[in-house]
Amino acid sequence: MKTERLCNELAALPLDREVCLMEVCGTHTMAIAKSGIKSILPKNVKLLSGPGCPVCVTPASDIDAILELSMCPNVIIATYGDMVRVPGSTPGDNLARRKALGAQVRVVYSPIDAVETAKQNPEKEVVFLGVGFETTAPGTAAAALAASDEGVSNFTVFSMLKAVEPALRALIAMKGFRVEGFLCPGHVATIIGERGFAFLPEEFKMPAVISGFEPEEIMLAIWHLLRQITEHTPKLENKYKQAVSPRGNILAQRVMASCFEMKPSYWRGLGLIPASGLKFRKDFSGLDAEKRFAEILGEEARGARKGSPAQSACRCGDIITGRLSPVQCPLFGKRCLPEDPVGPCMVSSEGACAAAYKYMDYIGFSENG
Amino acid sequence: MCLAVPLKITEIHGKEAVAESMGMRRKIRVDFIENPQVGEYVIVHAGFAIERLQEKQAMEDLETWEELDKAVTAEYSTQTIGKS
Repeated sequence: MKTERLCNELAALPLDREVCLMEVCGTHTMAIAKSGIKSILPKNVKLLSGPGCPVCVTPASDIDAILELSMCPNVIIATYGDMVRVPGSTPGDNLARRKALGAQVRVVYSPIDAVETAKQNPEKEVVFLGVGFETTAPGTAAAALAASDEGVSNFTVFSMLKAVEPALRALIAMKGFRVEGFLCPGHVATIIGERGFAFLPEEFKMPAVISGFEPEEIMLAIWHLLRQITEHTPKLENKYKQAVSPRGNILAQRVMASCFEMKPSYWRGLGLIPASGLKFRKDFSGLDAEKRFAEILGEEARGARKGSPAQSACRCGDIITGRLSPVQCPLFGKRCLPEDPVGPCMVSSEGACAAAYKYMDYIGFSENG
Repeated sequence: MCLAVPLKITEIHGKEAVAESMGMRRKIRVDFIENPQVGEYVIVHAGFAIERLQEKQAMEDLETWEELDKAVTAEYSTQTIGKS
């Protein structure tokens, strides 16, 4: 009943042109695809998936470096499961393949589990792949600090952590960017606070709604965004108040700030964005895998790899910036499939292509991709 | 890895805790929760509780829909009725 009523209200909005909205959270992407929300929105409302999937924004050069590191006999790679099948610049080459070739790869649920792996394997170097945004960054910092406190000297983190705000700024500055409202990620907002997204309306007159993850909550957030657009009243609305406070989780912010500082970072599809990545502060360089394995993971070594040709016709970069929808990629559903993915957007369980492929029966993807 | 789930805290041991949902029990860390209490619901992300939920979904649903009711019965709604 609620959904039906919302559908009616959405249909009643005075929208006489196409409007594009963007979500920037992998969980939103999956929830939208799974629930079939796109298929019940008015035809002129397009939902695009932005750079909200951590694996998808990690550049191939970082993956190449990880693959090389994985072949060192004294190294155990500890990682979230999503990273295992992400190919580097060579199609088909990923951690799963390297594992078959003898690399030691452990899938962990939490960075704390990676510290445990290090304790259990004192003769090995355990490198945790720190990917994600402000949601995973505090836990990564806490795990690194716990390892340091407990004297676990064979544990390091390869930080590919990123901050959401600089990416949104880069997107908005992109030529031809046509998004008129952001569905803001509820869990990132839980950490950084609702104020973390206030720049959208304040600086860019961009409607922004922080949303939870139930289909009805997302529908409601979309309705609020469209209402702001039709009424020309851009503002930030927090519709996930049960978890998101104005200032966010101060304890988590403190731990994150004590361990990390900002650095320029490469994003797939967006390129180099100043002050958009998190690196270890000098005091914690002993925890920094970039320092310990500088010849493979160091900026210079990774910079050299950036000259390698881009992989095939994969359009993940265009998809996570809203320039294309998954179905517009020439590889989607043909050469690039969940069981044999070419790009990270098809690999990650939160990726836009994986979501579109898995649930295409429900979303009428050819019309509203 | 952006997935996060609400779990109920059942045991606390310093910065470690045990939390559960629908029969699933999991060890979590509560570094970022001030004075965590047994019985509270928290959102857990990659093994860390990132925030407490006061009364989980029930309250949230209620607020959300009350809000929608208020909003759509206000002036805006009456202006747009009939346009679909």
